[in-house]
Amino acid sequence: MTITAEPGLPRPGLLAKIQTWWGPRPLAQALLVFGAILLFWWFGSNTLETMAKAGIVPGFGFLSRSANFEIGEAMIPYSSADTYSRAILVGLLNTIKVAILGCVFATILGVTLGVARLSGNLLLAGIVRWYVEIIRNTPLLLQLFFWSALTKALPAPRQAISVGDGAFLSNRGIFVPGLIVENVSGLGWLAILASIVAGIVAIVLLKRRDKLLLKTVLFILLGVVAVSGLALALTGTTTRFEVPALAGFNIRGGYNLSPEFAALLTGLIVKFSAAISEIVRAGIESVDRGQWEAARALGLHNGTIMRLVVLPQALRVITPLITSSYLDLTKDSSLAVAIGYPDLVNVINTTANTTGQALEALAILIGVYLTLNLSVSALMNQYNRRVAMRGMGMR
Amino acid sequence: MTIPALPLPPSRGQDWRKWRQGLFGTPLNTVITLLTLGFLALVIPPFIRWALIDATWVGTSDDCKAGTGACWAFVTTKINFILYAFYPPALHWRPMVVAVLLLGLLAFTALPRSWHPATILLWIAVPVICWILLAGTAIGPTVPSNQWGGLPITLLVAMVCFAVAIPLAIGLALARQSNMGGLRTLAIIFIEVMRGTPMVAILYVAMLILPMMIPNGQLIDKIGRAMILIALFWSAYVAEVVRAGLQAIPNGQYEAAKALGLGYWRIVGLVILPQAMRMVIPAMVNLAIGFLLATSLLAVIGVFDLLNAAKNSTIDPNWLGFYDEAYFVAATIYFVICIIGSRYSLWLEQYLRRPA
Repeated sequence: MTITAEPGLPRPGLLAKIQTWWGPRPLAQALLVFGAILLFWWFGSNTLETMAKAGIVPGFGFLSRSANFEIGEAMIPYSSADTYSRAILVGLLNTIKVAILGCVFATILGVTLGVARLSGNLLLAGIVRWYVEIIRNTPLLLQLFFWSALTKALPAPRQAISVGDGAFLSNRGIFVPGLIVENVSGLGWLAILASIVAGIVAIVLLKRRDKLLLKTVLFILLGVVAVSGLALALTGTTTRFEVPALAGFNIRGGYNLSPEFAALLTGLIVKFSAAISEIVRAGIESVDRGQWEAARALGLHNGTIMRLVVLPQALRVITPLITSSYLDLTKDSSLAVAIGYPDLVNVINTTANTTGQALEALAILIGVYLTLNLSVSALMNQYNRRVAMRGMGMR
Repeated sequence: MTIPALPLPPSRGQDWRKWRQGLFGTPLNTVITLLTLGFLALVIPPFIRWALIDATWVGTSDDCKAGTGACWAFVTTKINFILYAFYPPALHWRPMVVAVLLLGLLAFTALPRSWHPATILLWIAVPVICWILLAGTAIGPTVPSNQWGGLPITLLVAMVCFAVAIPLAIGLALARQSNMGGLRTLAIIFIEVMRGTPMVAILYVAMLILPMMIPNGQLIDKIGRAMILIALFWSAYVAEVVRAGLQAIPNGQYEAAKALGLGYWRIVGLVILPQAMRMVIPAMVNLAIGFLLATSLLAVIGVFDLLNAAKNSTIDPNWLGFYDEAYFVAATIYFVICIIGSRYSLWLEQYLRRPA
């Protein structure tokens, strides 16, 4: 329900535009906005007063002081002698790591479950339905506590449970085979960045001309990977594929996922695969049955119908929902603080407690999440504007 | 991939045929059925063995350690702790009455018969009574709020914050829909900031910053501080649902009301809101379920809600490490409440679709 402006032609000029935007009762509104600002100013002055009493100097100066606390795992070199800003960066990278991996695996599992739910096999569909019900109706934090307790209760590395031949589950973490990349030079990083940017530019340009096919996208992605690999090889990076193996009292080689990380990742994947499976199901069921029947009348096969007729239409429903799921997953990764994985929230919390600069630390935290959310929302709105009307005879 | 079948009401005689078709209709389907059965055979017997056959029903933790199954003896010993946390055991009847009162209020509100303004008074009275009962203000002995915990706290926080969030949300949604730019901007900023922030961060604001923002803010206890910010946080989510309802009302309704000469508040209060709210009730119920689950985040700031009580029941030196059982009990309680809620939401959709 929108209350339309008074009838008549819109008056020209910037001032008139602003007046129209500001709407009726300009004075009362100005007072209201002023009141809101005043309220925040009052909050701020109280906070400063309390800080002054506690002998804390407000401001972001603490970021360049040395942090003096250890972080369990970091993707970049970090020691307790490093600055607070570096500690926060380590936390942010950990959040990004768990969020990206979580989104990828939750999507894979979720789509699989969604397809299983639609498979027409009553038994399989029933099992998936119960899985989804149980996961959806218990708190994520409870599931995380459970996974966390489970990963801590795993046997010591000597008695580690081996999965297949190359992965081990132990209380020191989970060991999986992986590609180890070493000695990446600055030039190598630059080359990778350049090839990624080139790939994005190519995709955008092709999309402008409406010549974007799935094949082309895959081809561009492969190109980016190949160019990056080549650049790394030329700049003296060594890569090798390692399989973990028991060495003495510990397991060496491959990737080591810490117990906390493994618990958080498992919890997020399980929780959001349930949500995504429902989204996929709802999206595919939202396509009218007449579409199937019409496509079958044209003599298309089931697989072809799915790929060319149903999925493109279902994706209109699925994409916005799945994007908000990704955002929720990223936000929920902040529960890491409860199971001891050093994500952004965890590091910020430590920072706030050790420096007393709670206001600044939380401002950084909220700022990071807001930036992420608003940029994704903006992209999503653009997508909706472009896609929602397609195929309706208007462009 | 088969086409999802049309949801026809199956007649009795076709029931077995539907099952046969759904399980063994095609060769592929038969294979899937057999594989699924194989998977179930791997999973279900060990669970049954753990939960029932090998379980220890009575005894001490040593009896449990000797067994290989679940330790239900732990649950029977600890169930009071899981439900009421550190509330003084002699006064356990109080949180029990509170939990019954709150669940009763939910059940009462769920009946469409009781949707009239007087119910709002109940929603104000019952939480106040619960608060007084838990604190023991009038009946003594008093219990400080840091000893409250368990299920009653989970229910109290979830229900009070949701109840407070609804009027705030209606205001926010109307502000976001209004034609006043300044007001609209304020509403958009508030909603987007709240929706973009993780709840954990909001709880930290309640813990660390709220006491600094308000003079004597440290006098408000932890649960109260958390409740203030959770209510604000949820109001942003509820506002978006309300806004969806407002957008679904055709413009003609508004124009007709305006033609009758009604002012803005009458139009909104008598014509638009009643229809919009009726539309979003099922969505609200789903939101409420999510909120009840999200209340478990209180564990992060050290409030002993149901989940935190369950977690802490496992670190008693006499009963160390029975976390499977503790989480199983807590999960069951959450699951039962939520599944009733989601079934109710489905029924409500049907009910509201009937022509009035």
